[in-house]
Amino acid sequence: MPNFETVEVKTDVLILGGGMAACGAAVEASYWAKKNNLKVTLVDKAAMDRSGAVAMGLSAINQYVDVNTGKNTINDYVDYVRNDLMGITREDLVANIARHVDSSVHLFEKWGLPIWKDADGAYVHEGRWQLMINGESYKVIVAEAAKNAIGIDNIYERVFITDPLIKDGKCVGAVGFSVRENKFYVFKAKSVLCTMGGAVHVFKPRSSGEGLGRSWYPPFNSGASAYFTIRGGAEMTCQEVRFIPVRFKDAYGPVGAWFLLFKSRATNCLGENYMETNRPELDNWKPYGMVKPVPANLRNWLMMLDVTAGNGPIFMRTEEAIAKIADASPDEKTKKKKLKELEAEAWEDFLDMTISQAILWAATNTAPEEKPSEIAACEPYFIGSHSGASGAWVSGPEDIAHKDYFWGYPNMTTVEGMFAAGDASGASSHKFSSGSHAEGRIAAKGAISYAVDHAGEPTFDDAELEEMKKRILLPLDVFEENKGATTDPDINPNYIRPKMYMFRLQKIMDEYAGGVSTNFTTNKHLLERGLELLDFLKEDSEKLAAEDLHELMRCWENVHRTWQAEAHIRTILFREETRWPGYYFRADCPSMKADWEVFANCKWDPKTGKWEMIKRDMHRVY
Amino acid sequence: MPSYVIPDKCDGCKALDKTACQHICPNDLMVLNKDLMKAYNQAPEMCWECYSCVKICPTQAVEVRGYADFCPLGATVTPMRSTDSIMWTVKFRNGTLKRFKFPIRTTAEGSAVPDGGYPTGTDDLKSPLLYTEPESTRCGELPKVK
Repeated sequence: MPNFETVEVKTDVLILGGGMAACGAAVEASYWAKKNNLKVTLVDKAAMDRSGAVAMGLSAINQYVDVNTGKNTINDYVDYVRNDLMGITREDLVANIARHVDSSVHLFEKWGLPIWKDADGAYVHEGRWQLMINGESYKVIVAEAAKNAIGIDNIYERVFITDPLIKDGKCVGAVGFSVRENKFYVFKAKSVLCTMGGAVHVFKPRSSGEGLGRSWYPPFNSGASAYFTIRGGAEMTCQEVRFIPVRFKDAYGPVGAWFLLFKSRATNCLGENYMETNRPELDNWKPYGMVKPVPANLRNWLMMLDVTAGNGPIFMRTEEAIAKIADASPDEKTKKKKLKELEAEAWEDFLDMTISQAILWAATNTAPEEKPSEIAACEPYFIGSHSGASGAWVSGPEDIAHKDYFWGYPNMTTVEGMFAAGDASGASSHKFSSGSHAEGRIAAKGAISYAVDHAGEPTFDDAELEEMKKRILLPLDVFEENKGATTDPDINPNYIRPKMYMFRLQKIMDEYAGGVSTNFTTNKHLLERGLELLDFLKEDSEKLAAEDLHELMRCWENVHRTWQAEAHIRTILFREETRWPGYYFRADCPSMKADWEVFANCKWDPKTGKWEMIKRDMHRVY
Repeated sequence: MPSYVIPDKCDGCKALDKTACQHICPNDLMVLNKDLMKAYNQAPEMCWECYSCVKICPTQAVEVRGYADFCPLGATVTPMRSTDSIMWTVKFRNGTLKRFKFPIRTTAEGSAVPDGGYPTGTDDLKSPLLYTEPESTRCGELPKVK
């Protein structure tokens, strides 16, 4: 084993991750920790200023319920999320986030985030739930408040977490390594909050050359949350509910402002709007096909039908939308001014959050007021905070949750002492950046409460820790011991490097689990074959090789992705229906079934290594 | 290539223990070649083009060339980020130039107070109220499911 110093950090509440949920958690936990004499520690694989999915910035806040002006109620939001997820949602969790999210947004504004205001000083809505922002520094600002709350000395940046510490069924910490120096980290804590994001690059992306990294969701969100919770023995939910966004083609720029704010249409090669021409298809997905707005997966589906029928390309009619708004001006001078304003808004939308799309517009001489731009479905991602729903099955709040959904502390997983929020917690979609921050706060208060109620010092067996250290650093050994066997370090019969391992995973998922190349379609037989091939891959994960610390992180990221992949395949297989066409299609069970209006959960048993599939009932909150 | 480093401009952040781009890259891609004292992107195909390295570089040595597998050559998008705003210069393949300036924050850097000035409304760890609530909800009380 390479010579790595073991650094042990003892704390009370451990926050894993540095994104929006973690930043919310840091702010809330710090306050209650001070009152209760507790220590809070945060671990981030990157630098908090620009880590997580909001690293680049955002052009909108997608969840603001606006209760204080009387525009909407908590019930309205619950209805919206339930319908968008085709009936499968934990309404207690959604309601809990909805009642706190406006608080987070008001704090962002106080901290310095510029939110667009109209002439009367009211927030400018992009859509019913969305606010427009000047969000280039969104993450920097939110991280600043978190850092000011928790204190620099309690933050460990560039430490990559691999595994949970589980003792007698309780989570008592986490282990990982520094990606900068030869140090193995052991964090021991009374409660642990997992907020390490969703998973990208489980499926093969459409661009597989240099553009491999231009995933819609960031490539550095690599399944750490799913792995951490699954390996701890936590029950997982909605592992089948992947998300496939429709975005501007190739560079994946956002479409929200175009559809919602500029009221743009998207049309096929015949100039038809698929939302109108394919509308009869919605009858097949009642009652959710009938709701407004049409659920995200069904909007995808109507577009995909056109593409499959050979009616592509699909264009966002930016030129038409801009002309329509500008033409409403009373005179030429106002029109000119309006056009200038719209042009800046259109570019800022990309420059704030998907700069690649601005490069692509410039590289293809595209001025949005002059010509339309192509849109397309991306590849599947795992993201419990957006319109997907995958994550851990967590306790709801005592005052809202049905008794089946409450076990002591809000946002605690089914593993004692292990909490989850953001992309790490499931069945509570549409929380986005702001709701993830609010959920981080909720979960952090729960985690503090747990640490106060369970004051005993966390302990863990030293010999077992040494074994974990050996296993986690193994890829470095594998490389060192075998590198001399060939003249090219990339080709060696004794090991596999993480990049090729990732490509193998992506090929399996793409071809067997309904990726891009099979038009998101699969069936029982394909899934079973996929599991078989995944088993070989899992065996080979013990032969992953790492030349340095960066590559050691890549090795573990891909192990994490593999576990997300397996939970996904097993759950698609378990749910014998198609409920989210546009996300995936089970060709052997092509319709939605009433008796599947339940949660399809799964659990991996750390003692036996066996998976268990579980149906859970749906309880409404009102 | 996504982000790339211009050798004449990069000084390897010689006064610091690590380079600014290395410090900030969310995907751990920027590294320093210690022999040349120049930074580089070690895995361009894993780059998200998030521009964090471009924005933070003290010598403007980092730029981005769009993903070559789908993006035609010849365009540039260049930010100049100050403490309260960002200026973007967009150069089209056909030479058209556009400039945009947007605000990025309304307060002084470093000044974010965690509670935002909202008073605490509860001392109870078991209450559903978060520590800035109900004041920060602007609703008088925590909104309810009806």
